[in-house]
Amino acid sequence: MRDRTPGGRLFDAVNYAILSAVACVCILPFIYVLAVSFTSPEEVARGGLILFPREWSLAAYEYIFSTGTLTNSLLITVYVTVVGTLINLIFTTTMAYPLSRTRLRGRQGVLLGVLITMLFSGGMIPTYFVVSGLGLTNTLWSLMIPSAISAFNLIVLKNFFQQIPSEVEDSAKIDGCNDVEVFFRIALPLSGPAIATFALFYSVDHWNTFFNAVLYLNDSSKWTIQVYLREIVILAQSNIGDSSRLEEMNIQPLTIRMAVVVFATLPIMLVYPFLQKHFVKGVMLGSVKG
Amino acid sequence: MRKESAGKLFKDVVRDKWLYIMLLPGVLYFLIFKYVPMYGLVMAFQDFRPGLGFTNSPWVGLKHFERLFGEPQFWRLFRNTLLLAIYNLVFFFPAPILLALMLNEVRREKFKRFVQTLVYIPHFVSWVVVVGICYILFTTENGVVNELLYRLTGEKIPFLLSPEWFRTVIVSQQIWKEVGWGTIIFLAALTGVDMQLYEAARIDGASRLRQIWHVTLPAIRSTIVILLILRLGNFLDTGFEQIFLMLTATNREVGEVFDTFVYTKGLTQGQYSYSAAVGMFKSVVALALVLGANWTAKKFGQEGVY
Repeated sequence: MRDRTPGGRLFDAVNYAILSAVACVCILPFIYVLAVSFTSPEEVARGGLILFPREWSLAAYEYIFSTGTLTNSLLITVYVTVVGTLINLIFTTTMAYPLSRTRLRGRQGVLLGVLITMLFSGGMIPTYFVVSGLGLTNTLWSLMIPSAISAFNLIVLKNFFQQIPSEVEDSAKIDGCNDVEVFFRIALPLSGPAIATFALFYSVDHWNTFFNAVLYLNDSSKWTIQVYLREIVILAQSNIGDSSRLEEMNIQPLTIRMAVVVFATLPIMLVYPFLQKHFVKGVMLGSVKG
Repeated sequence: MRKESAGKLFKDVVRDKWLYIMLLPGVLYFLIFKYVPMYGLVMAFQDFRPGLGFTNSPWVGLKHFERLFGEPQFWRLFRNTLLLAIYNLVFFFPAPILLALMLNEVRREKFKRFVQTLVYIPHFVSWVVVVGICYILFTTENGVVNELLYRLTGEKIPFLLSPEWFRTVIVSQQIWKEVGWGTIIFLAALTGVDMQLYEAARIDGASRLRQIWHVTLPAIRSTIVILLILRLGNFLDTGFEQIFLMLTATNREVGEVFDTFVYTKGLTQGQYSYSAAVGMFKSVVALALVLGANWTAKKFGQEGVY
C-alpha cells in the first residue's frame, strides 16, 4: 500500500510538512494567548514570542475577578447556555417527532414551511420589531426564544426519528401508549447520541452568542462574556479599570485581555475532547439528504 | 366520495391529536419568529413607526427603493459586498477541498487524526475570540507578529487599520476558522472511493498527483457541486459578526457591507423602513442566486439540492 517510489516519497514529505504547518497555525495562537495570560508583567514587557512562561503569574486572573464584571457576565452566559439549550432541545425534538411520522396529515406542508425559512427571511429589522413587540428586548429571553429552533437541526433530527422502525412504535401502541408516551419512552431514549450531538452544537452557539446580545440587550449588567470580550479586547475600552490601579498592581493590560480571551474560550476547550467523538457523526447525519 | 375523504381526514386528525399538540409549539415558533418578520417586510414600503406597527404605518410605495438605487452609497455597498463574496468564493471555497485531499493522502492514521483534531478547534470559538486574538497578534503596538516582522525587515504593517489589507485579513480569518471544519464533509465523501481504482491507476503508471486528479477529485465532484450551490445561496452573507467586529473608522470605506449597513442605518440611526428595504433587496438577490444555481446544476446533469 505504501508508495516507495522517489516521487511518492517526495510527495509524502511535502504533504506531511504542509499538514504539520497547518495544524500549528490552527493551535499556536491559542497556546500563545494562554501562555501570555499566565506570564509575569516583566517578561511580557520584554516582548517577543512567549510559548511557555518562564516567570509565572496569576496577577491578570486575580485582577479580573476582583472587578466582578467578568464573574457577572460568566454567570449570565452559563445561565443562557444551560436554559437556552434546554429550550432548543424541547422545541426541536417535540417538533421533529411528529414530522417524522409519515402518516401525519399536513406534514409535507409544515416541512415546506420550514424549508422556505432556510431560503428566505424577513431579515434583521422586521425580526427586531417582532422581538421587541413581544417585550423580549433587554431580557435574557431575547437570547433564547428567538433562536429556539434551527431549521437545519430540525430536519436532521426528523430524518433520524424516521429511521426508528414503525414496528417498535406499533407494539408500544398495543401496550396502550399514546403518541406522547411513545415519544418519551421510545423515540427519545433511542436517539440519545443524536440528541447529545445537537445539545453540544446548540450549547456552543449559546456560549458564543454575540450579536443577538448586542442587538437586544442595552443593559450592560446583562452582557454575555462575548460582549464583554469585545469591549475589552477589540474596542480596548478601559472597563478593565483605571490605568493607575493597573500600574499600582503592576499588571500589563495585555495579559488581562488575554485572560478574558481564555475565559471566553475555556468551556469550549474543556468540552472539546467529548465533543469531538460526536460532531463528526453529527455532520455526517446532516449530510444525508432528507 | 368527497364526504368520505373529509370524514377520513377528520378521523386521522383525531387519531393523531397528540402529534398535532406536540407539533404546535414548533409551528408557533416558525410563524412568530420567521413568518411574521417576512410579513413585516411590508415596512420597506411604508414609513414605519414602531408605535403604529406593521399594519398601521403609512404606505409610501417604492420610495425607499428609489432612494436606495439612487444613492452613490448603495453602489459602494454593492461593490464591497460583491468583492468580499468573490474573494470568499475564490480563496475560501477551495481551501477545505485542498486540505481534505491532503489529509486523504496520509496513510498514518494517528498523524491524520492528530491533524484533524487540531484543525477543527477554531470552528468552535466565537468570532469575537477570533477577531480578538487577531487584534492581539497583529496590532502594530507590541503585537507579536509585527514585532517579529520588525526584527526581520525593520518595518511594521498596519494589518488591522489599513483599507488595503481589509479583504485579505477577512478572508484569512475565515479560512483559519473554518478550513478544518469544511473538510469533514469531503472526507466523508472520500471514504466511499473504491480502492481498486487507485490500484488500476497505479498499474497504468499514474503518479500520486495524477491519481488525485483522475480518481479522488471525480469521486467528490457531486459533493463539491452541492456545496457550491449552497454557498451561492449565502453568497451575499459576508459573515456579519466578523465584519461588524472588524469595522473601524479607517476601513469603513471598503468594509461596509449590506448587513452592517442595515444595522447601522436601521437600529442605531432609526431609519427603519429604509434599512428594511436594503435587507429585502439582499434577501431577494440571495434567493434568486440559489434558485438560479440549482437550476444551472440540474441543466448540466448534476443532482441539485432541491
